Amino acid sequence: MKIIVCIKQVPDTVHVRINEKTGAMEREGVPAVVNPYDLYALEEALRLREAHGGTVAALTMGPPQAEAVLRDAIALGVDEGYHLSGREFAGGDTLATSYALAKGVEKIGEYHLVLCGKQAIDGDTAQVGPELAEHLGLPFLGFVRRVRESGAGRIVVERMTEDGADVVESTLPAVISVVKEINTPRLPSLKGKMRARSFKATTWNAEALGADEARLGFAGSPTKVVKIFHPEARRGGEMLTGEPAEVAARLAEKLRSLGVCR
Amino acid sequence: MTTVRVLPEQCTGCGECVPSCPVAAIEMRGPAAFITDACTVCGICVTVCPVEAIEMQHVAPAARPCEPCRGVWVFAELHRGRLVGVARELMAKGRQLADRKGTELTALVFGAAVEAPARELVALGADRVLGAEHPVLELFHDDAYVAACLALADGQRPEIMLCGGTVLGRAFFPRLAARLDTGLTADCTSLEIDEESGILLQTRPAYGGNLLATIACPDRRPQMATVRPKVFPAGASDPARIGEIVIRRDWDGRLHSRTKVLEVLEEVVQTVNIAEADVIVAGGRGMGAAENFALLEQLARVLGGAVAASRAPVDAGWVPYARQVGQTGKTVCPKLYIACGISGQVQHLVGMQSADVIVAINKDPQAPIFSVATYGIVGDALEIVPLLIKALGRP
Repeated sequence: MKIIVCIKQVPDTVHVRINEKTGAMEREGVPAVVNPYDLYALEEALRLREAHGGTVAALTMGPPQAEAVLRDAIALGVDEGYHLSGREFAGGDTLATSYALAKGVEKIGEYHLVLCGKQAIDGDTAQVGPELAEHLGLPFLGFVRRVRESGAGRIVVERMTEDGADVVESTLPAVISVVKEINTPRLPSLKGKMRARSFKATTWNAEALGADEARLGFAGSPTKVVKIFHPEARRGGEMLTGEPAEVAARLAEKLRSLGVCR
Repeated sequence: MTTVRVLPEQCTGCGECVPSCPVAAIEMRGPAAFITDACTVCGICVTVCPVEAIEMQHVAPAARPCEPCRGVWVFAELHRGRLVGVARELMAKGRQLADRKGTELTALVFGAAVEAPARELVALGADRVLGAEHPVLELFHDDAYVAACLALADGQRPEIMLCGGTVLGRAFFPRLAARLDTGLTADCTSLEIDEESGILLQTRPAYGGNLLATIACPDRRPQMATVRPKVFPAGASDPARIGEIVIRRDWDGRLHSRTKVLEVLEEVVQTVNIAEADVIVAGGRGMGAAENFALLEQLARVLGGAVAASRAPVDAGWVPYARQVGQTGKTVCPKLYIACGISGQVQHLVGMQSADVIVAINKDPQAPIFSVATYGIVGDALEIVPLLIKALGRP
């Protein structure tokens, strides 16, 4: 089984702090990491390889420094790493990005399954997975929490819903996005880290992909950012102070006056 | 190709742009800022620069002639044959947008039996309902949904298309947008028509809710957006309203699907879906242990609400993930949110700060949760909550 995992380098927003005076994001010293959800996709790919044999390739798109996430993937045990890099990819929205990734997946070729994290924590759109599936003309299974069976041209997964899950069967190849319930990602091995040190990614630009430049990056993006602004900070309200029983009684009164309870 | 560049003669070297860059692509080189190859052209620095010394340049994409397109379409999702809450909310918003544009509101509804929901959609403001009835549409199958949508559209292109940001919507709408080769904006919190251009302005949180971005899809149609449940209010239903209902039942094998739902596992049926709850009682690390969440269950029962949690109790295994509120969990917008023992990290706040009323109970007076709370109590939630339950019980 050949599996391609799409991964993204993102700023580690867990470490982002907000400057209380200006409301601006302070990201100095914030490290760039593999999108956390993509780690679950990598882990699932490695587990499927362990169960069925085959190879796992990681594919990323991003500026030169994004190669670091491929090195992280290699350290975890991934076999190959592909990097779509060039200014022509920059500033792409989800449609342009998914088009580029689809060209990358096609160029790697001979695959059975494409895995992604459910969304990237910087954009939070969860759109690239299903858009990638559409570009590739493949079925899409989103928010998958378990792979029940796979092989012989079919896969059965549990796809999360608002109140449980659907057990869904699909033909292969297919594109799957995974949620964090699916597994617990491994840590890199020493051997993997050694391999990562000498790893060189296969890097492709638009020309190497045979991609239509008009569909890439900013130029190929139907959506444009009109403006970016700071949300109006919600101001703190009233502090209720006093003995615990007294504040509880006053809070109960406030809640009653809201009409949310009798 | 697009680049962001610094105008050296205008840059004062103040350095404000450097920390604003989410990918650390700005350095100070000599007296001016310099943008490195790490730039992803997000444009944040352009808005941050106090002296307008950073500009985004792009070769304008060849203007596409906009096909004749008309109308606002809302995809109205059914769950177990009934309209989901966000569908009602989108009908109200869609009606507003259609009126602003002086055009029609069309609702799309797919399922095994859509007659009753179609009538409801007319009452909720639809001028026209396009229904697709077929057993395969009862549950979500992406191939069949896209095929049904294109068949119902029959070559018409709406100007605007909206869908709920549910699990279904977040898989279906991106696929449809890619098929239509147009843009899609996820999880919008505001949708407005620009007075001058008539374009849909779509505002959504960016960078984990630390910033808001207004997005437009100027040159392609439809302009597509998803909206999370409870972001917009639902409108009133008027059973006397009149609208056209067209339901297609004959599909002749056109709804082929490569995926097949074998089984539906229902797991949290007895409890409320927190994204739809009007009252939420949430616990954090400060609840101390899994068994203490029973207190919150009790309070939630008194208030007719649901229990949720911040990330820590979920990671600790005290509470299932389906109840996690925040950046990596659900976004909620209840009338009342009671945060017990939650400190209020940014990642949690982005998931709940649009609640109408927020109550925070926390031992640490410095906890950031108090900065968004309508009512704050400095104290131990384990002590306050039982007292609150008692106080609420008394008339």
